[in-house]
Amino acid sequence: MIAPALFAVFAAIAVVSALSVILHRNPVTSALFLVVTFCSLAGIYLVLHAEFIGMVQVIVYAGAIMVLFLFVIMYLNLGRDIETGVQIALRRGVGWLMGIALLAAGVALFRHPWVAGPAAPPGPPMGNTQAIGLLLYSRYLFPFEVTSMLLLVAMVGVVVIAKGRRAPGPAADLPPGTAPGAPSQEDA
Amino acid sequence: MAAILDNPDIQFAFWALVKCVVILTAMLGVVSYLIFVERKIAGHMQARTGPNRVGPLGLLQPVADILKLFFKEEFIPDAANKIIFHVAPVLAVIPALVSFSVVPVGPNFTVTDVNVGLLLFLAMSSLGVYAITLGGWSSNNKYALLGGLRSSAQMISYELALGLSTVGVLLIAGSLSLVDIVRAQEHVWFAAYQPVAFVVFMIAAFAETNRAPFDLPEAEAELVAGFHTEYSSMKWGMFFLGEFMNVITISSIAITLFLGGWNGPWLPDSLKFLWFFLKLGVLLFFFIWVRWTYPRLRYDQLMNLGWKVLLPVALVNILATGTVIHWLENR
Repeated sequence: MIAPALFAVFAAIAVVSALSVILHRNPVTSALFLVVTFCSLAGIYLVLHAEFIGMVQVIVYAGAIMVLFLFVIMYLNLGRDIETGVQIALRRGVGWLMGIALLAAGVALFRHPWVAGPAAPPGPPMGNTQAIGLLLYSRYLFPFEVTSMLLLVAMVGVVVIAKGRRAPGPAADLPPGTAPGAPSQEDA
Repeated sequence: MAAILDNPDIQFAFWALVKCVVILTAMLGVVSYLIFVERKIAGHMQARTGPNRVGPLGLLQPVADILKLFFKEEFIPDAANKIIFHVAPVLAVIPALVSFSVVPVGPNFTVTDVNVGLLLFLAMSSLGVYAITLGGWSSNNKYALLGGLRSSAQMISYELALGLSTVGVLLIAGSLSLVDIVRAQEHVWFAAYQPVAFVVFMIAAFAETNRAPFDLPEAEAELVAGFHTEYSSMKWGMFFLGEFMNVITISSIAITLFLGGWNGPWLPDSLKFLWFFLKLGVLLFFFIWVRWTYPRLRYDQLMNLGWKVLLPVALVNILATGTVIHWLENR
């Protein structure tokens, strides 16, 4: 009885905040609503007893990715969306098309009745962290390793790009405070 | 009526609520006196007396401070983003309180023992960045913005070292539940098995809580007061509260992971929580001691320490721990 009620609460928060993400004109507010969406998604995972995924959702999306996102938005001091003309019309058109396609896919999926999967086999209750770990290192070992290779390549790429932008000359000559990632003295 | 009271869900919710109220009240009391103790210790370290006017030995100073905070004029900058400006101080307090809900204080006193307790702590400490970043940004003040930006960079960098330093403990304990981790330390504290991880964790803890020598987001000498420059009255007080609560929470996690939690000799199970509080007191003193001993790091030194020292050391520590455990199991 409690689980459906909690699901309803988290789902409502998720839907409302997701709508706010696209309806707000201030990018920082949109980003913050996206954080709320991620947190309520984590809540839904917890209701479904997927504790590990719920926590990772908060750590990775709300805690890491969105912080960097927000960091960039604030750093660039993006104001309200002031673009007009063809570009914004094009963007809106593509957005509507994708939205309609997604909605159609959802409707098509839900027209078929869903069959419940087999119940979990009885046995000693294992934390789902352990279960996920075992699966990742046995059945899904290859995709897991490929993903980590992909991340490594991305990391090397980032280092190369960041190095290329620096002014030539030894790094030691740079005055303190111009280390990579140091905030510049720009006004708010 | 009786049927409702017998429902295990309701009972769990009721007891969890009671424990939450106890923890919240205790936290507020401890924080107000922690600030008093910090001022006293700072005074003695600098050959002063510290606050001693309000009440016997100055013991009523926290009451006076809190009353003063509540009655101070509230000032909100005209160009501030009002809603975010109000939300930021709240966000400073929530993560610290939420992560305290998984800290096992004694054998019979945890709000919840979830099997992802450690991950919950890491998740909450990663959310702590928002309060400072948003507070700095929404004030629409250049010093506040610089403080906020510094803090995001600092907390993101040190979160990695903080998270990685706990992996060694996980490898030994084999569980993410903090209660299980404490039970695994019944004989030997993990600080003995994982001295390197413990040092990395403590350094990262100082950076995560923005305490000196890592208090660059405030850095009063260069940034006025950093991210909370424009805050006044109780909103400023909330940031202060959040900082001290974070110190308490992260000390509790350090005790749980490395210093044996409630484990200690002599006391019966029902009084074991006294060991926890004793260790907490020692660690809190350590936090204050360091603050009044070391100067602040320069920004590039901070980044170098985080990325070029702590992160590789934590990674090597994981590798070494994993190798030793594998070797012990397959001997």
